[in-house]
Amino acid sequence: MRRVYLDHNATTPVHPEVLEAMMPFFQDQFGNASSIHWAGREVKKYLDDAREKVAALLNATPEEVIFTGCGTESDNMAIKGVAYALQDKGRHIITTEVEHHAVFHTCQFLEKAGFEVTYLPVDSDGLIDLEKLRLSIKNQTILITIMFANNETGTVFPVQEIGEMARGKGVIFHTDAIQAVGKLPIDLKQLPVDILSLSGHKLYAPKGIGAQYIRAGTKLTSLIHGGGQERNRRAGTENIPYIIGLGKASEIAQRDFQGRREHLLALRERLHRGIINRIPHVKLNGHPTKRLPNTLNLSFLYIEGESLLLNLDLEGIAVSSGSACTSGSLEPSHVLLAMGIPHEIAQSAIRLSLGWSNTQEDVDYVVEVLPRIVQRLRDISPLYQKRVSRSK
Amino acid sequence: MGRVAVAMSGGVDSSTASAILKDEGYEVIGLTMHLWDQTQDGKGTFGRCCSPEDIHDARRVADQIGIPHYVINLRKPFEEEVVDYFVEEYLRGRTPNPCVRCNDRIKFGYLLRKAEELGAKALATGHYARIELDDPGKKRPKRYLLRRGRDLNKDQSYFLFTITQEQMSKVFFPLGEKSKAEVRKQALRLGLRVAQKSESQEICFIPDDDYRRFMETRKPREFSKPGEIINRQGKVMGLHRGLYSYTIGQRRGLGISAPHPHYVLELDVERNRIVAGREEELMAQGLVAGGVNWISFPKLDREVEALVQIRYRHPGAPAVLFPLEGGKVKVHFTIPQRSITPGQAAVFYQGDEVLGGGWIEKAL
Repeated sequence: MRRVYLDHNATTPVHPEVLEAMMPFFQDQFGNASSIHWAGREVKKYLDDAREKVAALLNATPEEVIFTGCGTESDNMAIKGVAYALQDKGRHIITTEVEHHAVFHTCQFLEKAGFEVTYLPVDSDGLIDLEKLRLSIKNQTILITIMFANNETGTVFPVQEIGEMARGKGVIFHTDAIQAVGKLPIDLKQLPVDILSLSGHKLYAPKGIGAQYIRAGTKLTSLIHGGGQERNRRAGTENIPYIIGLGKASEIAQRDFQGRREHLLALRERLHRGIINRIPHVKLNGHPTKRLPNTLNLSFLYIEGESLLLNLDLEGIAVSSGSACTSGSLEPSHVLLAMGIPHEIAQSAIRLSLGWSNTQEDVDYVVEVLPRIVQRLRDISPLYQKRVSRSK
Repeated sequence: MGRVAVAMSGGVDSSTASAILKDEGYEVIGLTMHLWDQTQDGKGTFGRCCSPEDIHDARRVADQIGIPHYVINLRKPFEEEVVDYFVEEYLRGRTPNPCVRCNDRIKFGYLLRKAEELGAKALATGHYARIELDDPGKKRPKRYLLRRGRDLNKDQSYFLFTITQEQMSKVFFPLGEKSKAEVRKQALRLGLRVAQKSESQEICFIPDDDYRRFMETRKPREFSKPGEIINRQGKVMGLHRGLYSYTIGQRRGLGISAPHPHYVLELDVERNRIVAGREEELMAQGLVAGGVNWISFPKLDREVEALVQIRYRHPGAPAVLFPLEGGKVKVHFTIPQRSITPGQAAVFYQGDEVLGGGWIEKAL
């Protein structure tokens, strides 16, 4: 049976060049980067290289890039770090209703610790109202944390405008760019962003490595204390092989950026067209144009997303409904509900997210298999029967 | 052979059932229901059914056997259709049977539907019971029959009396012909990691089997309303500390000083009273059952003799069944039975065949 992986927003396979770049650092060049002897020095050089590559992808300086254990840690570090550092100045944080749980739950944690959090609502496309943001900023606001692009729908936020607003009011702006890095151009010399989080395993690097961009001069309390690594921002012996991997992945992302983007857009378009040409009652969730090039979140009316998912899995096709971290819960995605999408429509949504290794054959296979699954589920769906009998 | 889904609880029975079906050549898919969040009531030990450890065990067995495994989240329907029912029944002065209800609404309702959505021709469970298709040719239409499991000590047909003809056409009980000992032996032979796992009879959503505390947490006001204990003559014999702590036939906790031991005969919800009496008064000649489901035939149109079980571990008592209005049934026992409890299931047998069953409304 053919296997097609269409869940790249959940995770990506490690790029062959990345794996190759990592291999020498497990056994040959295994030193601790902090050691003064040859074993440490050799490795330090590669660590610096990797940092430069990540910085280059973001058009930032290497001094502004630090490595973390994962994207979730980066989000935690950014939000808690600013909160603790500036809590004497103010205790108000602004975010949105559609953030990833790494941001959402961290904000909830801070609420319990006495901080005030404003969760900005979104419209039916998943975007915030910039005017509402402007009005929410007050004297006690110390942080705005708003994602670059949404992991479930792919909707892209107006990071430039948000950043300008934050800067104008002297508020620190953090963006969870975990889904955006490598898919959208990010130029931190232009973008008024103070902290930016990214994750290795969304970028064809392994799981277990992340990074954080911190604009020079930004105050941040560390989450993890210890040996002073990463400029005292994040202690812990550097995970050299994985850092090398992330560096290589960043280099490839920059090198292949345009090609990848075109490839993804073309495939996604083929997938989307193929589906709506063969299956009626399908709805797109997310902004029609301001969207990540690889993400397609579709609701198949009158059936349950979970059933669709399991059936696709049995045919070898991997997709997800809601975000990976929240699957297994019967509640439809908080993101879709926040967009005002009715319960049943949110419940019938699945997310297809393409990656660089997907091919036209992959897309065609999905387009061939999906209609009969949807029809079979609709045939035994009481909701569909009602609709069909109504239209007679 | 086709695709079959198996309800895997993480226990030795459903695990072995999965292995058996896979051996027989079916394309097996393991499904474990997530029914209850067991961390919400704090710590405590739960009955074995669908705890996180059980879900883990089921998944590992599925890995061992080599079948796909999915966790089906049914927390909301379970809460509404089983847990709320459980609480409501107690508040009506009845003693509920949530496991029958779970089989009825959740397993053969939602889960069976999920199996169908996955393209399975049937849902299999590890119940010790048998389904047989009775095809008498042109004489009568075909009918599915439910029989006791061959291992009479493990027979679980009592809990399955609500099953309908349509459901039976899509349900398998692979362990029906086997004994528990055989199943364990087979599990050990297959090297299933759960072969030695112990059983538990407790209710899966009640920590430490303490249903009183469960009720108290959910309905504190109603739970601790003291009231009178009276005898059948209306004489007040004492006070109770809350109606729902008591069940029919209960002797302990009444706090009555009398020459003979006294037992709970009736729970009078309207007047918040317990009617208590001596042991002889616990006996009743019959009962009325409602919500009756017939299996062996479409409905009861005349008297029929049957062996009636009024509890799971009740040996069954010979009786005659009479049809009443509204589909209800009157059961008249040859010999009076003890502690007939409203809310419990009355299941009607002839030999090892389950004619049908219903819910006890009152003793006669």
